[in-house]
Amino acid sequence: MQEITHLLNRIAFGPRPGDVERVKDIGIERYLDAQFHPERIDDKSTEARLSGFSSIQMTTPQLLETYQRPRRAAQMRPSVMNAPQDMLRDLQAQKVIRAVHSQRQLQEVMTEFWFNHFNVFWGKNADRWLTTNYERDVIRPRVFGKFKDLLMATAKSPAMLFYLDNHLSSSIKGINENYARELMELHTLGVEGGYTQKDVQEVARALTGWAIDRPQMNGEFIFRPRMHDTGEKNVLGRRITAGGVRDGEEVIEILATHPSTSQFISTKLVRRFVSDDAPAKLVKHVAGIYRNTDGNIREMMHAILTSNEFQSREAIGAKTKTPLEYVASAIRSLDGSTDGGRQLSQSVARMGQPLYQCQPPTGYPDRAEHWMSNAAILERLNFAVALASNRIPGTTARVDGPVKTVVARLGAPEFQKR
Amino acid sequence: MALTRRYLLKSGGVALAGLTAAPSFLIRTALSQTNSGRGNDHPILIAIFQRGAVDGVSMVVPFGEKHYAAARSQIAIPAPSRQSEECAIDLDGFFGLNPSLDALKPIYDSGRLAVVHALGSPDSTRSHFDAQDYMESGAPGNKGISDGWLNRYLQATPSNDATPFRAVAVNATMPRSLAGPAPAVAMQRITDFGIRAGAASVEVEAMFADLYKETFSAVKMLRNANSQPYAPADGVQYPNSAFGQSLMQIAQLVKSRIGLQVAFAEVGGWDTHANQGAGRGQLANRLKDFGDAVAALYRDLGDRMRNIVIMTMTEFGRAIRQNGSGGTDHGHASSILVAGGPVKGGKVYGDWPGLAPEQLYEGRDLAVTTDFRTVFSNILTDHMRIKDVSRIFPGFNLRGNLRIV
Repeated sequence: MQEITHLLNRIAFGPRPGDVERVKDIGIERYLDAQFHPERIDDKSTEARLSGFSSIQMTTPQLLETYQRPRRAAQMRPSVMNAPQDMLRDLQAQKVIRAVHSQRQLQEVMTEFWFNHFNVFWGKNADRWLTTNYERDVIRPRVFGKFKDLLMATAKSPAMLFYLDNHLSSSIKGINENYARELMELHTLGVEGGYTQKDVQEVARALTGWAIDRPQMNGEFIFRPRMHDTGEKNVLGRRITAGGVRDGEEVIEILATHPSTSQFISTKLVRRFVSDDAPAKLVKHVAGIYRNTDGNIREMMHAILTSNEFQSREAIGAKTKTPLEYVASAIRSLDGSTDGGRQLSQSVARMGQPLYQCQPPTGYPDRAEHWMSNAAILERLNFAVALASNRIPGTTARVDGPVKTVVARLGAPEFQKR
Repeated sequence: MALTRRYLLKSGGVALAGLTAAPSFLIRTALSQTNSGRGNDHPILIAIFQRGAVDGVSMVVPFGEKHYAAARSQIAIPAPSRQSEECAIDLDGFFGLNPSLDALKPIYDSGRLAVVHALGSPDSTRSHFDAQDYMESGAPGNKGISDGWLNRYLQATPSNDATPFRAVAVNATMPRSLAGPAPAVAMQRITDFGIRAGAASVEVEAMFADLYKETFSAVKMLRNANSQPYAPADGVQYPNSAFGQSLMQIAQLVKSRIGLQVAFAEVGGWDTHANQGAGRGQLANRLKDFGDAVAALYRDLGDRMRNIVIMTMTEFGRAIRQNGSGGTDHGHASSILVAGGPVKGGKVYGDWPGLAPEQLYEGRDLAVTTDFRTVFSNILTDHMRIKDVSRIFPGFNLRGNLRIV
């Protein structure tokens, strides 16, 4: 049973009452198989809970039409336009609702993981209109696919192009190194992955012209040949002469197949799912799978979750829950439900994880020490009290017996762990 | 470190043994409170991290450098002039403050604000993460150091009457600079630091008082010291920004005399790769908030500043030539500000390396002429009164004699 509880602590936002028994009945392998194929899991009840949030269903042009745009705000009719802040509230609400209610738990855990890996900051100007599409259409559908496809999709996503300024990088006015550097440092090779300042500049040159079509109207990827540097590039010792949009695509392929990337991505996955200090042997094994399967994330995840390291004594209860994991797992443990009301995301923010608002491209650190300050502990206790006494608007918890007992359980050090 | 926190920080194992350890600092707290003179005028360091790498030559403008304006056709801050408010504020005929930092000029004029220019790390990394990590660990190039330099200062100066508020980061999470075995508090708002459960609060506190001893003793102490809503000194108004409010929390902590020795705050938004602007614009707006907040803190603390040093830091500077989007990419050296009573200010410190192409670091960046640890060491030894900093900055050999305090 502990084996199943542990699994649900890691690949779900914690177990609901009865979940452990249900997994036991069907068996771990079948449960895992289902979670790896979210499209086969019926999740209509979650969709129903999300139906009231209009912005999360909209395309980017619809969002630009509906929510006040930055520069044109002055000449628009503000009364008929909605505030951009409402898009953030919708996003935050759906994030919490999915974490608490979705049957496709692993998909949500992975969406959180990859969004954080390819972080964008909602608050950066146009990203307010672009982040909805980013998580829904760029990240979520690709969380179990090939890393290369996910990488390419983020590289061409308006949200990333805007966040890391690549849309401005041009052969006419000059390059912008921002995305090129983070692409290698944070998304693929890792900071010690073997690239130089010269490589940063060459990658930036290859990606010139990767831009956003009419960011105020359409907000889609566009390749602008006139902004593209047509000269030959040399990236990590490889000549790139393909030309046009293929230059950048070739860079993405070089990075995706680079041994440093297999190592870096495997380390991050193992750290997320096994322990802060990722066991080297397992990382090596998973990196091998990356190389043998063309970066198949599902295969890598399967290897991690069925490894001895995953079920080892050192791993069980070894990870500290992030604020979102804490809040969602607490509600789930009380068989609770939520409409994603604001107070929940405010709690998560005060615990140190304002959702969609991590400004630096590094995303949130995946280590215990980052989350455990005195203030964070107090916020967790405050949340535990509010939840157990059913004082959070829009959220209900099933509390049998004394509130005090529930608060003691949710506030205990053990419950901060997963 | 209280045992529960150690448990929470542990990445493995389930052992919960020894939770009954004595709350040793409670005893010390009691002592410190009977000694009401405690904290009357002990030295305080307020460290401010500008995360994202502030453009040092826009913050403190080398308008006298002939290669400066040429490298930055759209974003150079013009040399001082009476005709415009968007030009640099002259400091010494060569350097000028960004016009948005006008609130700091009176402090410079009074001799209590110094600039150190061309300061940075000996490590060449242009990674935000690594460079911040190195500056906060105090050990550039060394990834094996797990605690921060400010925490090592606390470890090296154990004090019998230290309170839980000896070191405070005004932040939801503990910054790397203060991470480590010596206790420190991270919190965003003094008024939020506690259990907010109405009438049930007392009971909840009692439930967890033993489990999270360190935390709840701090809560109690802070509550006793701050029974009234905070009012800054007459005429002082903090910007209504997150950063302004953070600095106001620090002023309140200083004034509540609860043994604060090291405070930390941070402010982001400096990663200006695009459209950073010149005398007006994105960076100017960030600097306005920054300068107004620091000036408000300085004025709010009034006489108490005589034994306080406020120091800013940032992970690196930005490339000297503007990029293709009216911004600047990652560079090398930057500049910092040091303010307070002990500061020999009214001066720009550091050798100016020049901006001619052959003077630039790797052909593009302001070269580092002052290792950031030189200034950190100076402040720790001459202001925070520690003799030996060799353990705080492992492997660092202090050269030269930059004495800002």
